[in-house]
Amino acid sequence: MNAALSQDCGLPTPSQATNPDITPSAESILRIENLCVDYRTNTSGSRSSAKRTVDGLNLSVNQGEVFGFLGPNGAGKTTTMNVLLGFINATSGDAYLFGTTVREPIARQRIGYLPELTYYYKFLSAEELLRFYARIFKIPRAETERRIDQVLKLVELEHARKRQIKTYSKGMQQRVGLAQALINDPDLLILDEPTSGLDPIGRMKVREIIQRLKTEGKTVFFSSHELGEVETVCDRVAILDQGRLKLEGRVSDLAEQYRLSLEQLFLKVVGYSPSKPTHLPS
Amino acid sequence: MSTTLTIAGIVIKDLYRRKDFYVLFVLTALITLVMGSVNLFHDDHIVRYLKEMCLLLIWICSLVIAITTTARQIPMERESRTIFPLLAKPVTRTQVILGKFLGCWLACAITLLVFYLFFGVAAMSKEHQWPLANYFQAMTLHWIMLGVVVSMALVGSLVFSAASANTTICFVVVTFILLLGRHLDKVAMQVPQPASSALEALFFTIPHLEFFDLRDLVVHDWPPVRWLVCLKAIAYASAYAGFFLLAACLLFRRKALT
Repeated sequence: MNAALSQDCGLPTPSQATNPDITPSAESILRIENLCVDYRTNTSGSRSSAKRTVDGLNLSVNQGEVFGFLGPNGAGKTTTMNVLLGFINATSGDAYLFGTTVREPIARQRIGYLPELTYYYKFLSAEELLRFYARIFKIPRAETERRIDQVLKLVELEHARKRQIKTYSKGMQQRVGLAQALINDPDLLILDEPTSGLDPIGRMKVREIIQRLKTEGKTVFFSSHELGEVETVCDRVAILDQGRLKLEGRVSDLAEQYRLSLEQLFLKVVGYSPSKPTHLPS
Repeated sequence: MSTTLTIAGIVIKDLYRRKDFYVLFVLTALITLVMGSVNLFHDDHIVRYLKEMCLLLIWICSLVIAITTTARQIPMERESRTIFPLLAKPVTRTQVILGKFLGCWLACAITLLVFYLFFGVAAMSKEHQWPLANYFQAMTLHWIMLGVVVSMALVGSLVFSAASANTTICFVVVTFILLLGRHLDKVAMQVPQPASSALEALFFTIPHLEFFDLRDLVVHDWPPVRWLVCLKAIAYASAYAGFFLLAACLLFRRKALT
């Protein structure tokens, strides 16, 4: 975190806020080093300018952690995830999954990814979709069938396994997305706003699944705007604003240190000051 | 290779779960059977017209299936965002392009098998003979030609953002090549410079899809084409398909998905 900014907010630098027990060393499953991402934007006519969406980001996630990646819209969360998943290249710096640079496709062998609001191949059933992704991971046939049973049970879609995805509700589509992210029994799960657009029951179910994965020792890296949910589920959080890391630390430590809820802390970090309430005309 | 085949499998499933293929087949079968049920002028050779019409319908249907199936692949993946979970797996963009190409091309093979089988049965019911070598050559070269069309449509799907624009442009280009491609050199001799040079360059640049059209051979029961000529035609198509696939891979590697 920029020292001046942290002093402005009266908050410690990310390195100070980070638990000293956790060091980005041997156990680091995900590591981001000085990551910068620029986007070319067309301004006037044919002239283009670069907009920095991620600026010198350093982050590491350790094995077995549930890590919340927070920030307001446009903070650079999805861009960072896009770099981690190899969808876009970093302008400078690098990111590593299991010690392998994300530019190598093999880095994605042990990860599961759930994008925000994806509509899967609607002409396939859940079973066929999972079989398709299992084949990409070259999972043997018997093992594939066993895992399909297992993940469909976990996401509670056993009853609809043979139905085409086009007949699924939004919540069911999100759960089939979670099932595809789990088909290779990943060591790291990257979830981009997993509860976005879901009703309270759907959210609760997704949260339960994340908690169950945590008890199984999986590492989960997820972005969310649901701060209550993040507070419940996460071990550590990082708050990003305008492409820069503003705060990072254990949820329990941050709560103890600042005597603020995660939501209050988030608003303070991103510099939100509530305006005076306006009275609506009766 | 297994990843490419897996992606191809999804494209084939997409084809047989959509209604397009069945509608086109039923339409072709209906038109052919209605035409075959009447014997105009009591002409014994009327079966040639029937065969010609049926083969024309097969060519049109195969082009419709090849172009529309290919043109929607990448835009559909991007629109429904299925490209993201796919590329988040250990899959390269080249494998996605090759998988899509293989899937569309194999889907064309299935389509042609069904249509030519119907054609064979319909022709045999009138002629009581089955010139297998002719049918095999006609179908194989037809399929090889569709490989060039599929790879061309795949490049188009990366250049044009809307599938409908790509489909229309591909149809115009393929129709132009099939109808006018062979006459371009003759036209070039009759026009002044620089149009003459431009037309000549175009004549030597475009893939001559009409080389693969063996409909006359089937209709008139001519002897099969020499196999060496067929092999040369396959090599010619492979060069064009390879060029288009390389272009598609390079374009897709540079393409921003977000």
